[in-house]
Amino acid sequence: MAGLELLSDQGYRVDGRRAGELRKIQARMGVFAQADGSAYIEQGNTKALAVVYGPHEIRGSRARALPDRALVNCQYSSATFSTGERKRRPHGDRKSCEMGLQLRQTFEAAILTQLHPRSQIDIYVLQADGGTYAACVNAATLAVLDAGIPMRDFVCACSAGFVDGTALADLSHVEEAAGGPQLALALLPASGQIALLEMDARLHEDHLERVLEAAAQAARDVHTLLDRVVRQHVREASILLGD
Amino acid sequence: MKETPLSNCERRFLLRAIEEKKRLDGRQTYDYRNIRISFGTDYGCCIVELGKTRVLGQVSCELVSPKLNRATEGILFFNLELSQMAAPAFEPGRQSDLLVKLNRLMERCLRNSKCIDTESLCVVAGEKVWQIRVDLHLLNHDGNIIDAASIAAIVALCHFRRPDVSVQGDEVTLYTPEERDPVPLSIHHMPICVSFAFFQQGDPNPTYLLVDPNEREERVMDGLLVIAMNKHREICTIQSSGGIMLLKDQVLRCSKIAGVKVAEITELILKALENDQKVRKEGGKFGFAESIANQRITAFKMEKAPIDTSDVEEKAEEIIAEAEPPSEVVSTPVLWTPGTAQIGEGVENSWGDLEDSEKEDDEGGGDQAIILDGIKMDTGVEVSDIGSQDAPIILSDSEEEEMIILEPDKNPKKIRTQTTSAKQEKAPSKKPVKRRKKKRAAN
Repeated sequence: MAGLELLSDQGYRVDGRRAGELRKIQARMGVFAQADGSAYIEQGNTKALAVVYGPHEIRGSRARALPDRALVNCQYSSATFSTGERKRRPHGDRKSCEMGLQLRQTFEAAILTQLHPRSQIDIYVLQADGGTYAACVNAATLAVLDAGIPMRDFVCACSAGFVDGTALADLSHVEEAAGGPQLALALLPASGQIALLEMDARLHEDHLERVLEAAAQAARDVHTLLDRVVRQHVREASILLGD
Repeated sequence: MKETPLSNCERRFLLRAIEEKKRLDGRQTYDYRNIRISFGTDYGCCIVELGKTRVLGQVSCELVSPKLNRATEGILFFNLELSQMAAPAFEPGRQSDLLVKLNRLMERCLRNSKCIDTESLCVVAGEKVWQIRVDLHLLNHDGNIIDAASIAAIVALCHFRRPDVSVQGDEVTLYTPEERDPVPLSIHHMPICVSFAFFQQGDPNPTYLLVDPNEREERVMDGLLVIAMNKHREICTIQSSGGIMLLKDQVLRCSKIAGVKVAEITELILKALENDQKVRKEGGKFGFAESIANQRITAFKMEKAPIDTSDVEEKAEEIIAEAEPPSEVVSTPVLWTPGTAQIGEGVENSWGDLEDSEKEDDEGGGDQAIILDGIKMDTGVEVSDIGSQDAPIILSDSEEEEMIILEPDKNPKKIRTQTTSAKQEKAPSKKPVKRRKKKRAAN
């Protein structure tokens, strides 16, 4: 779309945010009673739902069991009504497979798998919007916490872009479709370690540091929000139990 | 076939070597293996060899109708296949994870970075566009498939020529290669992937990294970071995988290293393309058959492996000082290769002294006689021990004939006594006879 400026002269983006502002995040834990852990997160218009089962016995081939660690299995599925045009194949296509692999890699690093040898942890994410990897990871973090599986730290993710010399945090669909560089970062906030880093489109090397910093800061802001959500949930649960 | 698991000692060996900044093939931590690019007879076909990893790239084109939401752009299609000949672990059904990862990385690196001008592939807007298809086949897996595949894809795309098309009003004419020379694709820039392997040793942060891991190093690595850059130092793709935790400054450092490496590789690619262009223009022979070197064994030659010899003298002196002196020193060691025999020891011909030697045959000939097979049976250990001290004594164990070598008395007994045990000297005459009998029985 010609004439669409992603960053106006006053520093406002298309949806009225400033460069470093996140979209509104709302999250709820314990959405499903059946699953061991579940969470729902809304990040702007992107809605993601994550469900966790485990740790439980290895299903399928026993040969895949690792003797000293748990196996983490992730599946990503994007609803057919999520994007502008109806998607034909919700799962099994390459992009979903790749997303599943990346989620798995992120959480294998974050979950203390040594505590549950020979077991399996399943994470299923359903995304209802052509949104980003970040919402999936945030939803999955909350779901894993809801299931009570021990993790090193929160895994908070955020996307970042670069337009006109400024780094933008938390890209919306319009900004992504414009084709500029996009960076997705999953961070463990306390130590600052990067669990996953992914970038598309051309970005000059000199700007990399700024974009990384913007994404890291945004991920830390997400962490504050998620932390609040978790504490709220625990408080509600303890009130209901009558403590 | 299932992949053979890596043994623990091999794993430990590799990790220890990496801790000491040593690699099995003698490279430094930031060194790439040798890259060789060869072209086929058709345009758009190339083989890239990164060390022993080999990838074949082929580009082809077709006129199709465009996608609905992108009516004025051509279509780019990438496909990387892990051929079953690349590694025994690659089987038709088994490779999905790795395959998905590699394919997605290739797609993101080449398509999203817009290295090819897709608008130039449009022939008639909304009706006919060129679909460029890049097929990559992994022929041999020796680590770092991504780098080799990205180089092969870019080289094949740069090398490819599509048929010329002209549009006049409503008429579209497609010229065959004979009518008009085929036209190269318009390529904005050349993104090349650089892989970094990370090794975590105890610390939570990965402390060691290697560029261009080979297959063994890939098996023991903890994580991989792939950075795709072009020579203008624009980052096209970053992908971290394998579940390691990175720090921001590590990523920045890797991007700097990648910048340097990409510049070198791009130069190499341009040179290779230029050479091929020149050969084709001059009418010389080109193609894969020409690029395979003529293998004639003119000399026994081994590839040189760079070895650090700076402290060899000190080490050699240490070893010599600490070693025990050899028990016996032989002035002229004897070397008998299989199938040969020796009568005498290269000294004066003593056949004239027949009478003397016959007498000695009965009495003292035994302790000087050698039946080669017999000795092998009894004193196998001693022979080898002595062999290590005075290397060149090798006794042939040819079973064609019994070979008895008689020595006249005046010759130094040194060699004989060494190769025969003390026992044999004590029972000289009988033993040889016994062994002869044994041998006949065996025969």
